[in-house]
Amino acid sequence: MRRLLIGIAFAWIAIILLLPLGTVFAEAFRDGLSGWLGAVTEPDALSAIRLTLLVAAIAVPLNVVFGIAAAWAITKHDFPGKTALLTLIDLPFSVSPIVSGLIYVLLFGAHGWFGAWLEEHGVEIVFALPGIVLATIFVTFPFVARELIPLMAAQGRSDEEAALSLGASGWQTFWHVTLPNIRWGLLYGVLLCNARAMGEFGAVSIVSGHIRGETNTMPLHVEVLYNEYNFAAAFAVASLLAVLGLLTLALKTLLEWRHRDEIAATGR
Amino acid sequence: MSIRVERMSKRFSAYPALDDVSLEIAPGAFVALLGPSGSGKTTLLRIVAGLDFPDSGRILFGDEDVTEKPAAKRGIGFVFQHYALFGHMNVERNIAFGLDIMKRRQRPKRSEIRKRVEDLLRLVQLETYGKRFPAQLSGGQRQRVALARALAREPRILLLDEPFGALDAKVRGELREALRAIHDEIGLTSIFVTHDHEEAFALGDRVAILNSGRIEQFGTPAELVERPATEFVRSFLT
Repeated sequence: MRRLLIGIAFAWIAIILLLPLGTVFAEAFRDGLSGWLGAVTEPDALSAIRLTLLVAAIAVPLNVVFGIAAAWAITKHDFPGKTALLTLIDLPFSVSPIVSGLIYVLLFGAHGWFGAWLEEHGVEIVFALPGIVLATIFVTFPFVARELIPLMAAQGRSDEEAALSLGASGWQTFWHVTLPNIRWGLLYGVLLCNARAMGEFGAVSIVSGHIRGETNTMPLHVEVLYNEYNFAAAFAVASLLAVLGLLTLALKTLLEWRHRDEIAATGR
Repeated sequence: MSIRVERMSKRFSAYPALDDVSLEIAPGAFVALLGPSGSGKTTLLRIVAGLDFPDSGRILFGDEDVTEKPAAKRGIGFVFQHYALFGHMNVERNIAFGLDIMKRRQRPKRSEIRKRVEDLLRLVQLETYGKRFPAQLSGGQRQRVALARALAREPRILLLDEPFGALDAKVRGELREALRAIHDEIGLTSIFVTHDHEEAFALGDRVAILNSGRIEQFGTPAELVERPATEFVRSFLT
């Protein structure tokens, strides 16, 4: 019975995860290494890679700050509107990414609420970098907060209260007590947030405008290539995205392995 | 240092946790706050510590009104039921924490801090445990470390919230004696919360019995047994 269950689990993972992943790499290298290199070093592809990295570099740190602040407020303090805040944090999970993208077009697009004002002042949001960053932030903001809230709730407040009773300021308590207590959960949240920020398609697709070499991120570039029946190039760029995901996973495993003694000793 | 609580009230959303409580504690006293759960004893202790704040009433340390002062500025030591040691720091760094975070100008020299940590480890009889992490210690040892940490900044007042609640009977007895000895040696004024009247009577010079947010009686163990002031006190102690 046990063998059967384990067998089913592995077979399922193989079909659902490994087979498609393998296909991506097989297709990506169909024209050999030089074909793959050509596809990912082509100017539009390079521009998509740069844009994706830039968007993640802006969105992830902001969501880390927001996620820590929200989790800290919700788990260590009591205030009116706490339940409402908790529900709002989940909003991006429950709303379709397409809708999130449309919201920004509705607000900042040429015919949107603030569109005329923005145009007068020469500020470009939709179909430009700011829109892509905003959409990415919206879609990825629950990851860090959601990872931290159960962890911080389980840890309670007494470590922080101990630090305060020992004369620590709020900041000292945060840096020396709270942050070390949550670092592993935080790391995991950051990695998930980053993976999603780089891979986000729906919301970004709406606000980006698909301008080749300018506002196409890697997932959008893959779609464009695919729609042009340029399968080898599409899979080549897709394989890069897949590698980013695998690297994220490898990095997490490596960090956990290198610090395993410390994790075992501190129980965190 | 004397502690005076004047007409203190505190409500938590629906029910009153403290209802017009007054209490006067002489310098050097060792006072137990005793009562069933929900009687308000922990709330009273936390308000004295500055971890909670009253809706009305005042609290004075000596002649100084500290009602509005946050915990960090009250110069108290606090010991938690579940130790609340910092898991990522070893025993030495836990004990030194209160000194390490002081402003540069007030902070003692590195060598002085090290000396102080050694003295405190000796005081709680854990001389050889400085490099260990909390997870590698037993419950009784952790509570000793927590006690040493609370004493590092030489507080005049020591507050303990069910300090032996998570420990077995034998360790509890040992720690009780150790705590009493330290209290007398340093000349602290101490308040501890407990729901165990044996413990309250064994350790406290005076015992305050709380029930539904009020102090039913405050006196020496002998007074409480011989002349219980209310029916609640009589039935609670038997």
